[in-house]
Amino acid sequence: MFTVATVLNALELGFIYALVAMALFLSFRVLNIADMTTDGAFTLGCAVSATAAVAGHPFLGLPLAMLSGAVAGFVTAFLQTRLAVPSILAGIITNTGLYTVNLAVMGFSSNVPMLKTETIFTTAQALLGENSPYKLVVAALITVVVCALLILFLGTRLGLSIRATGDNPDMVRASSINTTFTITVGLCIANAMTSLSGAVLAQYQKSADINLGTGMVVIGLASLIIGETLFGRGGMWTKAVAAVAGSVIYRFIIAIALRANVPSECLKLISAVIVALAIAAPALQARAAFRRRRAHAEKEGATRA
Amino acid sequence: MLDLKRVSKTFNPGTVNEKVALQNVDLHLEEGDFATIVGSNGAGKSTLFNAIAGEFIADTGTITLAGQDITMMPDYRRSKVIGRMFQDPLKGTAPHMTIEENLALAFLRASHQTSPFSRISKADRALFAEKLSALGLGLEDRMKQPVGLLSGGQRQALTLLMATLVTPKLLLLDEHTAALDPATAEKVLDLTKKIVAEHHITCLMITHNMHDALTLGNRTLLMDHGRIVLDVGGEERTHMTVPELLDRFAQNVGHQLDNDRILLSKDA
Ligand SMILES: Nc1ncnc2c1ncn2[C@@H]1O[C@H](COP(=O)(O)OP(=O)(O)O)[C@@H](O)[C@H]1O
Ligand SMILES: [Mg+2]
Repeated sequence: MFTVATVLNALELGFIYALVAMALFLSFRVLNIADMTTDGAFTLGCAVSATAAVAGHPFLGLPLAMLSGAVAGFVTAFLQTRLAVPSILAGIITNTGLYTVNLAVMGFSSNVPMLKTETIFTTAQALLGENSPYKLVVAALITVVVCALLILFLGTRLGLSIRATGDNPDMVRASSINTTFTITVGLCIANAMTSLSGAVLAQYQKSADINLGTGMVVIGLASLIIGETLFGRGGMWTKAVAAVAGSVIYRFIIAIALRANVPSECLKLISAVIVALAIAAPALQARAAFRRRRAHAEKEGATRA
Repeated sequence: MLDLKRVSKTFNPGTVNEKVALQNVDLHLEEGDFATIVGSNGAGKSTLFNAIAGEFIADTGTITLAGQDITMMPDYRRSKVIGRMFQDPLKGTAPHMTIEENLALAFLRASHQTSPFSRISKADRALFAEKLSALGLGLEDRMKQPVGLLSGGQRQALTLLMATLVTPKLLLLDEHTAALDPATAEKVLDLTKKIVAEHHITCLMITHNMHDALTLGNRTLLMDHGRIVLDVGGEERTHMTVPELLDRFAQNVGHQLDNDRILLSKDA
């Protein structure tokens, strides 16, 4: 059913988008903030990396993309922590502003073609050979390194403080954790990862487009939740790795859908349904349990009467 | 050690919900003082703690702790030297983090020399295990378990340990045993006495148990309508009974102590 090429392709994309899933793990799960900056930050990463690559700096493009993503995260955090904008709205505001910024980075054009451009992937190809799975090596390497750094970071004093900020706001208020600082650092790191994902993707597919990030927050959440559901029980280590696994599995689901001739325009709707169902699952389960109990009680009542 | 001078706080000033919660409160604690606080519902006891801990900046007055003026200092900086516990055991710990991580948070934050990227070391772990075993709850064998699995009493004991792991200059206990069953409450209170005595911690404890209020520590403060209306200590306190204390309160403010949860006897 699958050719080697489709499997490779799903793995490559899975690793690249896993950076978004890890970013959402940090913002949505650890910090408990639904960060709507994600879509714009992803496109920002694409734009910065593509522009840098076209200018002859594909490698520099990645840290630059991360830096700009961190700035986007900082703006959202600033709105939220310093100006008391509700967190979802803060992300939406930044995201809206980023549309213009992203266009500007791409020279006020809605896409940057990079067909003949040197990228980190063409360099890897030259190094590892045409027939090696060089794309997978690059994508996996970047994601594994970032994942390892994230896990290490979450065990540091700052990392623990960020986790406590999301876990128990009451406790944090009574301990010497400056939540303005922890939220800001958390959102900067998350958006740096999201932008890095966009940056790698742009060079991977040799183009950047102003709409690449649209719906990315939902796709990232879908990956995160799939990973959590299948592998997510355990410590931070397991949870971060589960996010990566979820992203890879999500790409396989998409590959299967495409094989089954589901038009690619429908994929966003499928992601939306997956996320809605997954987030609603606890509520649905509770309601089903309540129905069973009520039915049971009614039956008992009927037999007694 | 702790000095409050004419500290006042009014909530929602200028609205129909205006509430004067603290009125020109003066309070002086010597180093090593352990004062209990009792008072009517809404007397301003918790508000007093919030003022000291920096949850809000007092409307008027100054607060000095160990010679440093902390009146304008943000709460997260004050809590480097002020330990705090609340009635609700859920408030003091992070449920999805392990016992060890919770302790590390308390430990690493209060130690000034550590970098933001420092991690839990072997030595830290050994210290945590030693401190945990002193609680006598067997928690030293469960250091990798999330705190959410612990009972309320265990969580409260852990919170106590976290608040005192690095000896604070001041410990604020806001009815920290009130949500526990009597046996557990007694255990946590015993631990409190032990730890406070061991480290000579200056401590303020709100309680609604009149017996505890007279027997624990070396001073008893009574609050009413945002004021400290009675401050007994020394010889006078040693011989005072609960009814005498209540009488003194009624004499001073012209009405009975009105607290629906007050416990007059030792065990109830
Ligand atoms: N954040 C707040 N906003 C408005 N009113 C408050 C707030 N906190 C406390 N109060 C009011 O201040 C008074 C003192 O409250 P508190 O200090 O909690 O009393 P207690 O002595 O029972 O601990 C009460 O009337 C309470 O309703
Ligand atoms: Mg209170």
